Amino acid sequence: MAQSPGGIVKQPATSLTRIVPPVLVIALLIAVWWIVVARSDSPIFPTPWQVVTGAWELAEDGTLWEHIEASLLRVGVGFGLAFLVAIPLGLWMGWVSGAYYTLNPLFQMLRPISPIAWIPIAILWFGIGDLSPMFLIFISSVFPMIVQTTAGVRTIDRRYLRAAANFGVSRWVLFRRVVIPAVLPEIIVGMRIGIGVAWLVVVAAEMIALRSGLGYLIMDSRNAGNRYDLVIASMIIIGVIGMLLDGATRLLERLKTVKWRYVR
Amino acid sequence: MSDSKIVVDAISKSFGALPVIERVSFDVRDGEFVAIVGPSGCGKSTLLNILAGFERPDRGTIKIDGAEHTGPSPKGILISQHGSVFPWLTVQENLMFGLSGSSRSEQRALADRYTAMVGLKGFEAAYPHELSGGMLKRVELARAFVVKPEILYMDEPFSALDALMSLRMQTELRRILEEERHTVLLITHDVEEAIYLADRILVLSSRPTTIQTTLHVDLPHPRKLSDPRAQELRETILKELGL
Repeated sequence: MAQSPGGIVKQPATSLTRIVPPVLVIALLIAVWWIVVARSDSPIFPTPWQVVTGAWELAEDGTLWEHIEASLLRVGVGFGLAFLVAIPLGLWMGWVSGAYYTLNPLFQMLRPISPIAWIPIAILWFGIGDLSPMFLIFISSVFPMIVQTTAGVRTIDRRYLRAAANFGVSRWVLFRRVVIPAVLPEIIVGMRIGIGVAWLVVVAAEMIALRSGLGYLIMDSRNAGNRYDLVIASMIIIGVIGMLLDGATRLLERLKTVKWRYVR
Repeated sequence: MSDSKIVVDAISKSFGALPVIERVSFDVRDGEFVAIVGPSGCGKSTLLNILAGFERPDRGTIKIDGAEHTGPSPKGILISQHGSVFPWLTVQENLMFGLSGSSRSEQRALADRYTAMVGLKGFEAAYPHELSGGMLKRVELARAFVVKPEILYMDEPFSALDALMSLRMQTELRRILEEERHTVLLITHDVEEAIYLADRILVLSSRPTTIQTTLHVDLPHPRKLSDPRAQELRETILKELGL
């Protein structure tokens, strides 16, 4: 029938409806930015074109790639360690009630502390090298992944556990063939949250006392002669990389063994 | 009593102060198909869960082959209303889940044979979310049959299907049972399903449930529900249920 009110009937999303409107919105935003800057004659705030040329300059002399690499490495190590700690811990807490009741209150209390609040302690413990931001990233991404994994195990549909018990499989098979695949979608959600927070935090962490990374690039550009074109270029690059990281994690949702969770 | 597969002796169960099952006793012969009908909420599912070993009775015992029943085992597979086919495994992997001992290739061959038996040949590599409700039910049945359980506990297995599919599945189940010998306990609220499938029908009272009547269905398979004897049986059961 005709279009239903409130979009209850799902319209098939064509590439036209998925690409053209967002591109138009961004183009409009850039146009408004350009016009406002051109009209106001601001000596500091750059036009979009100045941002492009500034970024190009950095890309050409190679410093941009070094900063990106430094930030990604910190996120990679910090997030990787968080993953290695959070998944086993989350599975254990989800499976063993004693572990859950013992540790969950502690994690629920640590979780809402902003990673930024850990900066003084990070500097005290790890100095001002690479380890501090890695530690901050670890702290910021480990809790969401623990919480998500734990919740995933605790909400496994009982009928699946019953079926496994009914077929009399060993604990190892139960874990490998039922628990892990049942929790995998939650783990992926936890990873998405974790990597998102990690990327937010690395930029903040690099604003203090480091000599590399996109966060450092922003602060350095401002301090070294108000290069706001580079500040904004860095911000846009941070946004694009963050989007790509999330997109890469989302690719995991296409795995055949987790697809059941996303189809309806 | 020596040919009794299952001996249920005076089991009772309460949830808190609410008595659900009160001293229910019955025997099931080896290879017999027993249907249990009763008003909704009367504790049928609880009874079956106790029989399958997922819950414990407060009092009374269940003996299977003379030995006291302590917990779930592959000897008796439960098929529930909502189904428990693992959505993250393919049809073939689901069927192979409960198989152990033999080699992988033997397991695969066995799984494929049972997939074909329930009419799903060609869907071995499909994931459950790619199948319809009726096909999922077939996977569930095949996964139970493939481990060759001595007993099948079926808790309203076809009630989530539409009427036509439900009838079709009943016919299929009967056909498979002709090929393979199983003892079956079926919980249902569908009186006609019970008459079509079972050798014996237990009618339960409302909560706390007791066995109100036992009826034998002495009709040859395949049964016709239009048969006057079947109709008479239906009237009797409905009357017992207060209709």
